[in-house]
Amino acid sequence: MTTVLSHEKREVRVVDVPVTGSPKRGPLTRFVSNLGNGAVQVGLAVVAVFWLMPVFGLLVASLRSEQANTASGWWTIFTKPAELTLQNYAELAGNETIWRSFLNTVYIAVPSTFLVVVISALAAYALAWIEFPGRDWLTVTVVGLLVMPIQVALIPVAKLFGALDLFGTIAGVVLFHVAFGLPFAVFLLRNFFTGIPVDLVEAARMDGATEWVVFRRVILPIAKPALASLTIFQFLWVWNDLLVALVFADQDSAPITVALRSQLRQFGANIDLLSTGAFLSMAVPLVVFLAFQKYFVQGVLAGSTK
Amino acid sequence: MAELVLAGLGKAYGDGTRAVTNLDLNIRDGEFLVLVGPSGCGKTTALRMMAGLESISEGTIRIGERVVNDVPPRDRDVAMVFQSYALYPHLNVYDNIAFGLTLRKMPKKDIDQRVRRVAEVLELSDHLDRKPRNLSGGQRQRVAMGRAMVRAPQAFLMDEPLSNLDAKLRVQMRAQIARMQRDLGVTTVYVTHDQTEAMTLGDRVAVMKRGVLQQVGPPQELYDRPVNLFVAGFIGSPGMNLFVAKLVEDQDGQHWVTLNSDALRLPESVLHERPALAKYVGQNVVLGIRPEDMEDAALVDQVEGALLHSVADLVEAMGSDILVHFPVDAEAADTDDTRALAEDSGADDVAGAGKGTVLVGRFSPRSRIYEGQQVATWVDTSRLHFFDPATGTAIWNEEIS
Repeated sequence: MTTVLSHEKREVRVVDVPVTGSPKRGPLTRFVSNLGNGAVQVGLAVVAVFWLMPVFGLLVASLRSEQANTASGWWTIFTKPAELTLQNYAELAGNETIWRSFLNTVYIAVPSTFLVVVISALAAYALAWIEFPGRDWLTVTVVGLLVMPIQVALIPVAKLFGALDLFGTIAGVVLFHVAFGLPFAVFLLRNFFTGIPVDLVEAARMDGATEWVVFRRVILPIAKPALASLTIFQFLWVWNDLLVALVFADQDSAPITVALRSQLRQFGANIDLLSTGAFLSMAVPLVVFLAFQKYFVQGVLAGSTK
Repeated sequence: MAELVLAGLGKAYGDGTRAVTNLDLNIRDGEFLVLVGPSGCGKTTALRMMAGLESISEGTIRIGERVVNDVPPRDRDVAMVFQSYALYPHLNVYDNIAFGLTLRKMPKKDIDQRVRRVAEVLELSDHLDRKPRNLSGGQRQRVAMGRAMVRAPQAFLMDEPLSNLDAKLRVQMRAQIARMQRDLGVTTVYVTHDQTEAMTLGDRVAVMKRGVLQQVGPPQELYDRPVNLFVAGFIGSPGMNLFVAKLVEDQDGQHWVTLNSDALRLPESVLHERPALAKYVGQNVVLGIRPEDMEDAALVDQVEGALLHSVADLVEAMGSDILVHFPVDAEAADTDDTRALAEDSGADDVAGAGKGTVLVGRFSPRSRIYEGQQVATWVDTSRLHFFDPATGTAIWNEEIS
């Protein structure tokens, strides 16, 4: 083929070429990439301060005497820092009811979290990776249970617990938390597990692994971030629960949320006890969160498959 | 090490679709067998059935003396290399390779010895502490190989292990796999859709189409004596030129195939080799010419009765040779086989009846052909292939046709 070069003026058409290269970024992506930006940082700081205000108020209140608290708001501390005292905490340390309820909370929250994580991990593995008849229906049923409101079950379960002598015991409260924690936990973990490439499970099976070994040595280590978030969520829910404990716990098994609530009075409250107790009950979840935070690693699967 | 025997193997799904139908394969002890075919031909399903990752609907699989139909993958003593490598992301290279051995409760000392030896062979010794995410694609691939090798299993099953590598690395790794298999002498089944890999690696190659085994044999046999249009078109690159031509006999008893205004005279050897061809005189056959059996007529002395005339449509200079595309006025072969081939190459709408066929010839770089020029192509008529236009079966002797 030959081309004849001509010197005549030709009409040049401008064609709308779609811009290639970086794709259009969503607002979230743009926001995240702007995080280093000064203005955004200031904005975030303002939001954070605003958000932390009540917590700070609570902290300050717990460090003021009852009189001071009833006489003026916590912000007056900025002008009268001398009012700060550790007396409330000293009193709290001597308050047996609060300590017992605090321990009760631990006794309720730890097993509830542990059982939910263990049982749901096993169940999610089976639902994700083991083939058995009715598996899909079972999955749908578990997910369906997510919409079941807790309130519906309170009275029937209370009757059941009464018959089983579980009413008013820590075991009863734990059982109820486990039962209602499981649907979400199974749902969350199953979704995470199915996101793990099937090749990994099959490679392990080819390598000679039993299902238990696949679960224990391949899936669980990979699922650490999911297990960590589940642990934190479940722990927080149970730790902060009031309703279930209010219904199922008695005087001796009442957790700290119930104990603190009982300090509320019609006019005002035992603010000194309440604020210190509340702060105590806030500290533990914070520790749990920080402890598990290191497992939130991105890209756990990197390098495993192509 | 053991032989691997598939007898009447079949896979049917609940909805009636079939992935594999009546597959008989006898893979000898220490043999390297390549299963090749277009995507969706059932080759991976067959491999997964051998591995135990897929249930068997029909037939049996025997490894050595043992029928393994109901044996779970972990007890089959075969190792698999996955297309995606499937490395354990939380373990370093050492532990990835050692994983299978630790599960077998092997003494730590033995494990260490074997892992290090394998790592040395695969040139991974410097990377044993690294996690998969810190490895290059080629290194990951080698770890996947090492994980299989270290176990010294009865058989290796490899599912397109090179398809994620770039072209250059693929050639390197191909050689490494061939060497490794030869040194270890482990029975190997290798699945690929790449016919170059199949030809270069396999002691024997099994070609599959839509779940059915088409032909199995040494690579050269598949190339020289394909049993049908599908194998003919699938093996070789660029693929064999396939078009419809008429077989005639003149008054001197000479046999010709005619297309357009050209005619190719068949040497005696061809008729001798293919006695069944006599029955097709006066009828259409599908003629197959490999690109490498063509040459620029200007470079050949004896061209009489072996010329095709056309216009060079496209000339691709490859350096080592020149690929010339030129149209001839012949109908493209249209059978189930050619449709399957077109489907594979994604060109199922290109060939239309009556539009003629574009042939590809591989010419010597000394050819001075350029695009748009008249071209006379010499055809090595002793290497023509003939197929039945209705069934697509190769025309050899009476029994086969």
